[in-house]
This record gives sequence, C-alpha cells and structure tokens, in this order.
Amino acid sequence: MSMRRRDFLKLAGFTALAGIGGSVLTGGNGKGRLEAAQAAPGKVTPSGKRLAMVIDMSRLKSESDVKKITDACHRIHNVPYFDNPKNEIKWIWTETFEHAFPGQKHKFLPEGFKSKPFFVLCNHCENPSCVRVCPTQTMFKRADGVVVHDPHRCIGCKYCMAACPYGAISYNLNDPRHAKNLQDYVNPGFPTRAIGVVEKCTFCVERLAKGLKPACAEASNGAIIFGDANDPSSEIGKLLASRFTIRRRPELGEEPNVYYII
Amino acid sequence: MLEAAITGSRRYWIWVSFLLVVIAIGFNSWMREVHLGSGLMTGLSRDVTWGLHVGQLTFFVGVAASAVMVTMPYYLLNYKEFGKIAIMGEFLAVPAVLISMLSVFAIMGQPTRIWNVLLYPTPHSIIFWDLIVLNVYLILNIICGWTVLGAERKGTPPPAWIKPFIILAIIWAPLIHMVTAFIFAGLPGREHWMTSLQAAHFLATAFAAGPSLLIILSLIVRKVSRFDPGSTAIQTLARIAVCALGVHIFFIGLEFFTAFYSRIPGHMHSLQYLYVGLEGHTELVPLMWTSSILAAAAFVLLAVPATRKNEKTLAAAALAVFFSIWIDKGFCFVVSGFIPNHFERITAYWPALNEFFVAAGCWGVGFLVLTILYKIVISVRESSVQGEH
Ligand code: SF4
Ligand code: SF4
Repeated sequence: MSMRRRDFLKLAGFTALAGIGGSVLTGGNGKGRLEAAQAAPGKVTPSGKRLAMVIDMSRLKSESDVKKITDACHRIHNVPYFDNPKNEIKWIWTETFEHAFPGQKHKFLPEGFKSKPFFVLCNHCENPSCVRVCPTQTMFKRADGVVVHDPHRCIGCKYCMAACPYGAISYNLNDPRHAKNLQDYVNPGFPTRAIGVVEKCTFCVERLAKGLKPACAEASNGAIIFGDANDPSSEIGKLLASRFTIRRRPELGEEPNVYYII
Repeated sequence: MLEAAITGSRRYWIWVSFLLVVIAIGFNSWMREVHLGSGLMTGLSRDVTWGLHVGQLTFFVGVAASAVMVTMPYYLLNYKEFGKIAIMGEFLAVPAVLISMLSVFAIMGQPTRIWNVLLYPTPHSIIFWDLIVLNVYLILNIICGWTVLGAERKGTPPPAWIKPFIILAIIWAPLIHMVTAFIFAGLPGREHWMTSLQAAHFLATAFAAGPSLLIILSLIVRKVSRFDPGSTAIQTLARIAVCALGVHIFFIGLEFFTAFYSRIPGHMHSLQYLYVGLEGHTELVPLMWTSSILAAAAFVLLAVPATRKNEKTLAAAALAVFFSIWIDKGFCFVVSGFIPNHFERITAYWPALNEFFVAAGCWGVGFLVLTILYKIVISVRESSVQGEH
C-alpha cells in the first residue's frame, strides 16, 4: 500500500505529537502547538469536516460482540487495566440505557431496555468544554473535528474531567505502565502514558492518518459507522438523514458527535 | 524589619519548629503522592477527581479576599478604628494566597510541568486567570503591607505612591474570589456548581470566614503580646461577619428553593446527597449538618449584642463561623459537585490520611508565614506602644 505524502506527514505529525521518536520535552512540541492553534473552541471545524459516529446497538447481539470492540480499542491503545473501578482507565465502554441516558429513562420502558448496554466514549463535541477549560491547550480540537490531547503537555489538573459532561476522560491515578495487562502485551506502535495525565478516545487519529477506520468501527461488524457527517453522500451522512438518532445530553450545547440508533 | 522574625521567645521558637515539622511531613506526603500515585495515596477516583485540596484552594482564596473588609473601610472610607487591624488583614491575605496556591499545586499530576500554563497562555481557561489574579494579589499585599508598616516604624505617614497600589488591592480582592467561583460556575452538566449565584455566594462566605479568622487572630495577638488591635475594631469585624453569614444562609435558602420547587433532578441531587443522603449514600450528611448547626449557632451568638460583646462567646462564635464555612466550602462543596456522576452513579470520596498530611503541610507554610509577618507587625507596634509611654 503506497502512502501519500500528505498522509505520511499527518502520521508523522501525530507520532511526533504522541512523542514516539519525536521530542519528549515536557512542554510538548512544535507540532502540538501548531495543531492546537488551528482550532479555537466553539468554532465550526475549519476544514468543513465533522467526523462523527453512529452506533446501532441493535446490531450487537451478544456480550462477546461488545467485548470484541472494547478490547480492540483498549489493546491497540495500550489502555491499562486496573481492578478497582475507582482507578479505571477507559476509552470506550458500555453503560446501561438508564445510565447512559439518565434523562430518558422512565417507568414504562420496554422490558429489558433499561439494562440494555450502550457504548459510551468521547463525543468529540463541536463545542467541547474540555478544550475550553484546559489551561495548557493540551486538549484541542483538530481541523477535522477530532478532540485530542497531548499526554506530554498535560499537567494533570483534571479540570477537563470536571468540565466534560459525558464522563469521557480518565486520569492515570496509578502508573499505567505497571498495569498487569501492559506487562503481558504492549502495542509497540502506540505510546504508553505516564502517571498523572489524562487520556480518552481519540477517534483513532493514528489510524485515520493511514486512511483506516477507528478500531471500534472496524471490529463492530457494521454496528458502528464512522465518517464525515457534513458530507451528505458519505455512509454516515446518508444514515443520519434516513434514521432517527439521539445523542447524550444534547441540551448542554456541546454538540456531541456520537449518535445512537435506538 | 525582618530581623524581628529571627529573635523571639522560647515559645515562639517551639511554635516555629512545630510548623517546620508539619511542613516537612506535608512535603514528604506530597512526594509520596506524586511518585506512588493518587490511586494509592488519596481517596480520589475517576468520578471524584478533585477533593480536599481543591476545597482548600476555594476556602483560602476567600480568606485572602476578605482582607478587603478591613482595608476598604480604613483606606477608602476613612474608618479610623481599623487603623491597627488593616495591616493584619493584608498580612493574613499573604499566607492565605500561599495556602491556596500550594493546594492547587498539590493536585497536579505532573507538577514539574506547571510552567506549561505560562508557556501556552490560554485566556479561555479560568485556571489560567486564577493563577494570574492570585499571583498579582499576593504581590500587591506584600508591597502594601510592607510599605505601610515600614513607614509606621519610622513614624512617618505611608508614602503617596503606595495609595494606587492599595486601591488596586481593594479592587483586586473580590476579583480573586470571583475568578475562583468561575472555575466552578461555568461547567455544563455540573448543576450544583453552575449557578450565577456562585460568585456572590463565595464572596458572602469569604466575608464571614475571613473576618472571623481575623477576630480569632486579634484575640490571640492581644494575649501573646502587648499590642491590642482594639475592641471597637474587633466588634466591627464581628458585625461584618454576622452580616455576611446572614447572606450566606439566605443564599443556601435560595438554592434550596430553586432546586426543590423546580424539582429538576440534577439540581436536587447534590443537595440531597449533602443534607439527607442519596440512594443510601450519606457520607457527607453528618458534616453538612455540623456545618449548618455551627452556622446557625454562630449567627445567634453574633447577632445578639450581649454575646457579641462578651469576648468568650465572641471567640466561640468566630470559631464556629470559621469551621462551618470550612466544612461547607472547603470540603463538601467541591466533592458534592461530582456526585452523582454523569451516569447517575455515586462514587463516594473521603480523603486518605496522606491527603490530610499534604493539606496540613500547606497550612503549615501558611501559618509559618503568618507567624513571621505578625511577629514583625507586633514588634513594630510594641516599640511604638513603648514610645507613647
Ligand atoms: S465528550 Fe467530553 S472529552 Fe469528549 S470532546 Fe466532549 S467534552 Fe471533550
Ligand atoms: S488534566 Fe491535562 S488535559 Fe485536562 S485540563 Fe489539565 S492540563 Fe488540560
């Protein structure tokens, strides 16, 4: 597979940003600065793109279908596993309907619906409060709409966690490199993180740079559709135009970009 | 003037040594937290990411801001009775800001990267502004306090150039607390924090707790030295504290009305968690009731002239105000904002022993600076008292 120069540069940019082979200054690096400056919070993404995700839980029949997806993400991103839920790091996981959409639950929901699992993850909001509050521009919105963070610049103040109304961000309370699962397997193609910084789903920017789908979408057998919602001819554009979808807490004005088919 | 800090009685040195030990323990505990991780060393979690230290920041910024309650009457409104106490307010602000800054520093997962806040100045982040306003306020109070005291020692009126700085410090004081309130009051989905009343409520609690602390300090200073800040000044402070405390209690009532008349769950949940418990979780209920009872009792003691004028009951009331607001704003307010979480699940938080040590270390630094500054003030004042006789 030949890689176009632009894609290569994008990948190089991300790897430098993530610190693989790039500079590992505590202050981040030039690329991070440039990217961070591209998108001020609250602005419509300058590229005109709006990368988004539609999740159709009805197409995931068994628990193993669900597990395959979370494992795919957590494995390639070296997400540490800790037993104690207080210290958990999670990029994508499931919550039951009544917890994922607490405002939507009611007494007369169909049998089994309340406890039906729904994937939750960072919504890559159009108007992300995590980006707004971060005092170091560690959280930033890329031109294509993806909200990413630079683990080398983060001071670990956790302000973004207080600000994200979706509970999407995790904080490394423990040294992630000591997690048992990372003793057994580390994906050499993705950086591990340090203690005392936050992390979350990145819509797999490292895969997007190679022209691949996010890992969860790839492992989902068509239950997770990813693409540019602003492009009406894209698969996701057509899906959003033809099916009724809901989002988590839309009333807050964050404009989340993860849509659910119920 | 600094020489006054290195000469002192046995009692003084025992107190200073004690504080140094507390600071050392705090520093050691903080190093453990940074290296071993807050997963092991604190009660924090993925759901409750801010705890005791952020509460300390909130509370002590208030104490710092409350200096304005003595500087404004004295310098701007020409209220002469505060002549002796104004400097005590300014010099209380200095350690209070220090405790706030240390507390916020203590929460950083990567403290060595703190400079990133200045390397990448981010005007849309409130923490960035908080850092700026706190630093400026610290410097302003050091300059003003030191210059005024220096002039007093020489027996001359303060130089004219200091006046603009004093006025700026007066304007700046409410600002620091408003910015601290904005850290909380602008976060979508945190209904307990997100009220436009927040900054005003913060100021009310600050102007109750700060003057109360100043009353306690004045009574101590009067006991350990020959310098007397003056009974009239202390009574005026008590009046200020009771007014502010009344406003604080009134604001709590307003919160309850909005939450429970509208019956919007998000607005009720945190209050329920604090006062009666939520889904069987009652961790903070005893604390909140302690805080409420202390506030009510203090309000009565301060409002009734007889108990306000009696220095024993006054001291008890001042202590009650201080602890009531410390429990509320210095602890419960921050924690309850995270409960329940965005999935309507409850993760309780209680500080680990190590966190208490770190907080004690921050207090230790504050009290050490306070002791030194007050020692200097006292020695200048005592020599002028001697001069008068
Ligand atoms: S879901 Fe949370 S972390 Fe993700 S972009 Fe929105 S506010 Fe930020
Ligand atoms: S924890 Fe890191 S990413 Fe989050 S607000 Fe602080 S510096 Fe920014």
